[in-house]
Amino acid sequence: MSTARRFSLVTGLLGCFAPFMLAAQETQTDQQAQIERGEYLAKAADCLACHVTEDGEPYAGGVEFKLPFGSLYSPNITPDEETGIGTWSDEDFVNAMQKGVGKGGKHYYPAFPYTSYTLMSREEILAIKAYLFSLEPVHQPNRENDISFPFNQRWGMTFWNWLFLDDERFQPNPERSEEWNRGAYLVQGPGHCGECHTPRNLFQAKDASKELAGTTIQGWRAWNITSDEESGIGAWPDEALASYLSKGHAKGYGLAGGPMAEAVNHSLRYLTDEDIQAIVTYLKDVPPQDSDVTRPPEKTLADEVPTDNPHPLGLKVFADACVSCHRWDGDGRQTPHAALSGLRTVNDPEGLNLVRILIEGGKLHTGNTGNTGDSAASMPSFIEGYSNEEIASVSNFVLSHFGHVEGQLEAETIDERLGE
Amino acid sequence: MPTLTINGDTHQVDVPEDMPLLWVLRDVLGMTGTKYGCGIAQCGACTVHLDGNAVRSCVLPVGGVEGKRIETIEAMENSELGRSVQSAWLEHEVVQCGYCQSGQIMSAVALLSKTPQPDDKEIDLGMSGNLCRCCTYTRIRGAIKSVAKA
Amino acid sequence: MSKDDSKLESPERRELIKVSGLALGGLLIATCLPPVIHKSAATQIVEEGASGDSPAGPAELGAFIRIDPTGGVTLIMPKIEMGQGVQSSLAAMLAEELEVDLSQVTLQEAPPNEELYVDPILNFQATGGSTSARSFWRPLREAGATGRILLVQAAADEWGISSEVCEARNGAVHGPDGQQLGYGELVEAAAELPVPEQIPLKSPDQFRLIGKPLQRLDTPPKVNGSAKFTTDLQLTDMKIATTRTCPVLGGTLASVDDREARRIPGVREIIPLKDAVAVIGDHTWAAIQGARALKVEWNFGDNARLSSEQIEQALRDAADRDGALATDEGDIDAALDGVDTQIEAEYEMPFLAHAALEPMSCVAQVRVDACELWVGTQVPVMAQQAAAKVSGLPPEKVIVNNQLIGGAFGRRLEVDFIAQAVDIARNVFYPVKLIWTREEDTTHDLYRPHYLDRFRAGLDGNGLPVGWSHTIVGGSVMARFSPQALGENGLDPDAIEISAKPIYHLPNLRVRYVPEDPVALRVSWWRGVGQLHGAYVVEGFIDELAIAAEQDPVDYRLRLLQDQPRAQAVLRLAAEKAGWGQTLPDGHGRGVAVHQVFGSYLATVVELATTPQGGLRINRLICAVDCGLALNPTSVRSQIEGGTLFGLSAALFNEVTVKDGHVQQSNFHDYRQIRISDAPPVEVHLIDSQETPGGIGEAGTALIAPALVNALYAATGKRIRRLPLSRAGYHVLAREA
Repeated sequence: MSTARRFSLVTGLLGCFAPFMLAAQETQTDQQAQIERGEYLAKAADCLACHVTEDGEPYAGGVEFKLPFGSLYSPNITPDEETGIGTWSDEDFVNAMQKGVGKGGKHYYPAFPYTSYTLMSREEILAIKAYLFSLEPVHQPNRENDISFPFNQRWGMTFWNWLFLDDERFQPNPERSEEWNRGAYLVQGPGHCGECHTPRNLFQAKDASKELAGTTIQGWRAWNITSDEESGIGAWPDEALASYLSKGHAKGYGLAGGPMAEAVNHSLRYLTDEDIQAIVTYLKDVPPQDSDVTRPPEKTLADEVPTDNPHPLGLKVFADACVSCHRWDGDGRQTPHAALSGLRTVNDPEGLNLVRILIEGGKLHTGNTGNTGDSAASMPSFIEGYSNEEIASVSNFVLSHFGHVEGQLEAETIDERLGE
Repeated sequence: MPTLTINGDTHQVDVPEDMPLLWVLRDVLGMTGTKYGCGIAQCGACTVHLDGNAVRSCVLPVGGVEGKRIETIEAMENSELGRSVQSAWLEHEVVQCGYCQSGQIMSAVALLSKTPQPDDKEIDLGMSGNLCRCCTYTRIRGAIKSVAKA
Repeated sequence: MSKDDSKLESPERRELIKVSGLALGGLLIATCLPPVIHKSAATQIVEEGASGDSPAGPAELGAFIRIDPTGGVTLIMPKIEMGQGVQSSLAAMLAEELEVDLSQVTLQEAPPNEELYVDPILNFQATGGSTSARSFWRPLREAGATGRILLVQAAADEWGISSEVCEARNGAVHGPDGQQLGYGELVEAAAELPVPEQIPLKSPDQFRLIGKPLQRLDTPPKVNGSAKFTTDLQLTDMKIATTRTCPVLGGTLASVDDREARRIPGVREIIPLKDAVAVIGDHTWAAIQGARALKVEWNFGDNARLSSEQIEQALRDAADRDGALATDEGDIDAALDGVDTQIEAEYEMPFLAHAALEPMSCVAQVRVDACELWVGTQVPVMAQQAAAKVSGLPPEKVIVNNQLIGGAFGRRLEVDFIAQAVDIARNVFYPVKLIWTREEDTTHDLYRPHYLDRFRAGLDGNGLPVGWSHTIVGGSVMARFSPQALGENGLDPDAIEISAKPIYHLPNLRVRYVPEDPVALRVSWWRGVGQLHGAYVVEGFIDELAIAAEQDPVDYRLRLLQDQPRAQAVLRLAAEKAGWGQTLPDGHGRGVAVHQVFGSYLATVVELATTPQGGLRINRLICAVDCGLALNPTSVRSQIEGGTLFGLSAALFNEVTVKDGHVQQSNFHDYRQIRISDAPPVEVHLIDSQETPGGIGEAGTALIAPALVNALYAATGKRIRRLPLSRAGYHVLAREA
């Protein structure tokens, strides 16, 4: 598929743009359309997730990325001339997105997912630039990275790029449908799903042989999202997967927490139904890969206090603080977001995401009930109010009651996770 | 426009579907026996019955309860169990400030309807979602047991 | 904005204003009594001695009792009901002597009026400090008796017989030959009679209400949802507001972008205030969502740099200052000089939020000519003054309709939220009900001070103390609340309660108080601030002395309580009921605390079990109480039970911390409260006593924390000096089946 072909596909999907793309339109309309298209692509590429701090201005950067060898801080990408990218040429911006090289030849670390963005066309990238340049400049100086030697030697990235960066645009597979190809493009390109969901090799590059097989990131398990029926999303109905992607939850299958909640908040929920469907079609066709944690086989639970659970403290804490939303049967009747049954989270013997969400709380913007912070039915963090022993025990309770695994979490485990 | 069945009556309410039942009861229908305490299902002051189960109305979107049977503290005197819990509450002088007690009674009735003879542990597990800042717990336990015995 | 007075003309509104107008205009025993009242019976008693030889006059009587010509009896309550059962107890005092049945009376909240309703112990019109029963014990009975005497005399005059042969019973006067006249029929004549010279009161053996386990008057509507708290009030045309107040104390509003908030259905007005933004909506949900959707920029000010560590460091630094001397008996330096056994310890208690279940709320309407409040407040006069200040109206134009309170614990001794409600209401023409979210309530509280206490004591050869030095450092509630009550060098009489004069025999006693107000937080009353703090540290440290002296903690205390028979009695009773001295398994322990608190004597024993992982389970919790004459034994028991668990909740879980000027706790997930599953049954044993009634609302709260840490020490050998226990990793185990 040529660039032009893909271009028209995008506009076709966006529907409303199509009429404006006819040759005889005024420049202003063209610009406006380019900005709107850029906004959509910026959202699809989830730029905001990394370029806004909790209370900060959008796209002004400053988000910390903790890596094994130090911390990186995302830069200001508003059009501020002094502290942002206001002086960047088209070429500068395209190079950054496709080659990981910023204005002045500075190499980026691959925390910036240019190895995915490189699949995007120059036109698409410039649309994103047009959108960013339509925003109000924010004067906010970038924070210096705090990286130890030898990783602070940016020139080293040249070598890394030579090994791991394919500076190529997306090549559609002619044997697959247009929808499949659109999904593949969104997943591999702007959506950069593999950045979290594909395990990395020794050099911190994505391991192509394990595409989307799941790994851990920032203490969270980024699940296996291949078509494997047990370990992946192969057994999810299309509607469930679409609901998960666009709303962050699919009762009985998944609830987005941590970084995935942010991906839904900033990016996925803005995608058109057609694009979501395209992603579903592609993911359901990604070659299956095995992994340790599987979906819990169906478990029929009554909405009653279990009598045979071996974690009395965990049972107590669950009754005190959890059951009001989640229910004993895990049905989450109060709000569908609170359903626990069927989640891989409750079937992971390490309880990674389970403990994580107890520590960090839910971050999904659901726009409905409750009144903690700005996000609604989201779960508060329980780590301040409860001892590590209690958090460990309630986790063990949840794993044994709603899942099919015996958790071995202890207070020390929670301590370690808090340090992550 | 959700249609709700509350204490046997049907109400049509012109509210957004994501509005929690609590505020529909209190501010739209004027049924203020159900209280606001935390808004995050941690205190139980907003407890009502949904098809006979105790639920926290502060996190219950009204759009999801259409066609279900909702009962509130205002209707507890219509059932024998409700009345006996209310009178046990008075006989045992449970109440102090009283702000949480609507919710406590709703949880107690739900507990007793499923577990007519709860022991201390079952009372704990059935009632621990309801905070009482006056800490009337000793008397709540006593009142529930007296209903269980009767 | 122009105010539309026609809005006030709905029937419901007229009725409300009429009632409140009456409450302000004249407090009458009957319509023909003079409406001007000069002095309350209570004030009179205090000024002229409480001997009872200076009876309350009929005008004063009207402050508390109103009898209408149909016989309806209204008792005016100088204290607000917030769960402590006070109104039932006060009504019983009046009804006891007036000879009416409690089922015949209607209770009404007193309006703001310092002259009439001043609390003689607190010296202002307030409900707090466990003073109600103590302050009104005599005046209310005298008010009731005066009424009865006048009514009986009126009947006797009517019948032409001596009042000696007439008897008052159940709201009527009965003559010797079966004559009978209801109070309503007599009230007009009674009002013309001169005030009796002598007002004899019943002796306790004649009581038919006082001292009996009466059912409280306020509870039936609280079990069927019909009781109305401030948050439940609904007035015609009323709208609901919620606020976002600057999260840093002292900060101000810089700007607000309300575009998104205005798009939310039901949002009516967005009102920027100096340090907050209010959203008014048709319903609370609209207001809450609107407030959440606001994009607010604040000028945080200097406090944005403050965190708990700095506040605590400031306390430690202050400990070396001289401060104010509270007690200096004997010569501490000489006494400790050369003493072999010297013990030092440092205790800390955290900032605490009140977390009353009913969040702060107030209904206010501001008109051109008047301001009206419907609010549960412990301080109606201060509420009136605050509203006057914000609205610019004179105080007499502010009508305060006091309401039931859904728990306060001292929080509604403050009027910040009332001022905010008036500040909002003055921008609109309709009544506004301000309700804070739980998050706003927790983060904008006025907190119980964080205290740091340093002790040093020396023991003689018998293990008895020869010198006791105690330095208290912490914010002064009194300095802000009532500066005229401060002593020399900022001596806060509340902060040194108990500590300045422990009940123990302690020769060579020196107690200092160093005021050190936290900058980023305001401090206030919290269910017995001073006594709670004093009891914790003194009872903790005395236990340390007993351990150092290798003596049993109960025996040791008894030795030091030689001249305290009432304290000894409660201590012995609690120890006996707890099986003190009986052997316990490893990891189990008992702890005790005893003191005189709020005019009552209380001893608390905790028996608990621990696990090596920090689990604890309180198996028994015993309180022995001598509160003097128990006005209503059921209320006494329930106050001790609830107060004890309330204190346990804080001791186990609670601590308010600050980071960058922001309070870090927000709701019950991180400001956790004791639940039924954490709560042991509380066993209360009352000592039969005819002494003057003491306070009970806060007594239980004061003694649980020291008994708990003393029991933990007995169980584990670890001494917890800084609360809460959760800081040290403790948690409550599930109840065993």
